[in-house]
Amino acid sequence: MAKRIDVSGLDAFYGHFKAVEDVSLTVEPRSVTAFIGPSGCGKSTLLRTFNRMHEVIPGARVSGKVMLDDENLYDDGVDPVAVRRTVGMVFQRPNPFPTMSIYDNVAAGLRLNGVKNKKVLDEVVERSLKRANLWGEVHDRLGKPGSSLSGGQQQRLCIARAVAVEPQVLLMDEPCSALDPISTLAIEDLIQDLKDRYTIIIVTHNMQQAARVSDRTAFFTIAGAGKPGRLVEIGDTAEMFSRPAEKATEDYITGRFG
Amino acid sequence: MTTAATSSPPSPAATPSLISGRGTGRSGDRIFSVLTRGSGALVVVLVVLTGAFLLWKSVPSLLDDDVNFITSRVWQPAANPPAFGIAALLYTTVLSSVLALLMAVPVSVGVALFLTQCAPRRLATPLGYLVDLLAAVPSIIYGLWGAFVLGPVIAGTDSGPRRAIEDALGWIPLFSSTSVARGNVFLASVVLAIMILPIVTAISREVFLQVPRANIEAALALGATRWETIRVSVLPFGKPGVITASMLGLGRALGETIAVTIILSQPSSLEDFNFSVFYGGETFASKIANNASEFSTPQKTGAYIAAGLVLFVVTFLVNALARVFISRRGDV
Repeated sequence: MAKRIDVSGLDAFYGHFKAVEDVSLTVEPRSVTAFIGPSGCGKSTLLRTFNRMHEVIPGARVSGKVMLDDENLYDDGVDPVAVRRTVGMVFQRPNPFPTMSIYDNVAAGLRLNGVKNKKVLDEVVERSLKRANLWGEVHDRLGKPGSSLSGGQQQRLCIARAVAVEPQVLLMDEPCSALDPISTLAIEDLIQDLKDRYTIIIVTHNMQQAARVSDRTAFFTIAGAGKPGRLVEIGDTAEMFSRPAEKATEDYITGRFG
Repeated sequence: MTTAATSSPPSPAATPSLISGRGTGRSGDRIFSVLTRGSGALVVVLVVLTGAFLLWKSVPSLLDDDVNFITSRVWQPAANPPAFGIAALLYTTVLSSVLALLMAVPVSVGVALFLTQCAPRRLATPLGYLVDLLAAVPSIIYGLWGAFVLGPVIAGTDSGPRRAIEDALGWIPLFSSTSVARGNVFLASVVLAIMILPIVTAISREVFLQVPRANIEAALALGATRWETIRVSVLPFGKPGVITASMLGLGRALGETIAVTIILSQPSSLEDFNFSVFYGGETFASKIANNASEFSTPQKTGAYIAAGLVLFVVTFLVNALARVFISRRGDV
């Protein structure tokens, strides 16, 4: 189910402003890769180029290549809608559909794909909620609105919604930044369970989190306000946190900068 | 820090300035408060006075009414005793307004969705102004245009659209064929629909603009197309607002006078009644406007004012309903 992501020479723009410059990196399948770096270094922007969500902002565009196994996401004729059905995303703030029930939230992606069979939907909803470690808490109130859940439960609901369509890759944009420590721990445990099946990339501001959940870490930085973000280095998380190759990385993770 | 703060209470010298305030600097506040409260009270007083006026002027005539005011179609307020009922007026008023709403709302929602979700900014802004401009066109212009330009095209006895509807749905009394040319409820409804389009569009557009970015991105990230995003995220969020907008549009349509007066042809007598939208008729407003020159005796005038009272109550109810939906929206 999981695919490798191979980025080469990628620039991302908002209008005339270059937010990310010349990023080349590889994300291994069935592993967790963390993107860390100071605010504004373009890590979220970069993440959003992996499912072509960057371009939904007016004026935003991308140049360069993002290969998903052997397909370039930015080739002519590639349908962004199809890309997003393959590369799932979880956002910073939990964003369940407010007018939908828990069940309908999880089933939303399948219904968009035209699945109407009640039995199939039931199975997928149960399986996805179990994968998101939420089944036990909500199985007796699937008809309740998704917005009735706590923040941490809502975020796991969003993860269930994302995995329900069996994506190849799961992008997580600071998924715990709006959550309390207990909910954060639940999500981190979940990420460990999910990495057997999916390629996971997580953007985080929390370096302990990156150290706890990721196999590999990429460090980004900016030279200053108005300058584009750049990749400094990417490597095994244990290596990065104990013996970073670059001085900038060491300064950042030891708290001397950023 | 905490212990230091508790051990040193605020010095007594500092407290009086907090209590006394700036005695001289508050006259502005007082004037402001009187003005705002006065304006608020004025609104209530105006509504109550209007209602009271309608009741006061109509009750004597209503007491003399020889027929049932609600269920009768007779309109002979000058007879002795007077006989007048609003059944036909109510039917024509509600029918033309509801038809107008049915035609206007889908178009308005479409325009609002286009302006907020599809159109590039450079196009959306001027188009939005244009829609607002439609609301500023005086209703007499719509009336003239409807009667003399649109009418022959869509509503005459041998006009295409009317013939098509009569042929397809004529077996339903609502759409049965009549000999009334142009001046029918169908044409009035179309013109009313155009007249309420701007307000329904403007409010729907505001609501659709408020759909949180996160909701839209949630749908997009699941691989929803533009239309699916609208269906999954935008429409459910905007539904209460669109209903509110429709109610306000309906309120306008119910009370619209001059355009309807120009367009609708009056049947020779109200006893001559037909359910068809291709029949003429009179609404509350057009009935009163058509006969404004005949308010000669209190008895006759009272009958027309009674009709106005019903219109007042109906629009009041529709607006109240809109309010209920607005307050519900606050809960979401």
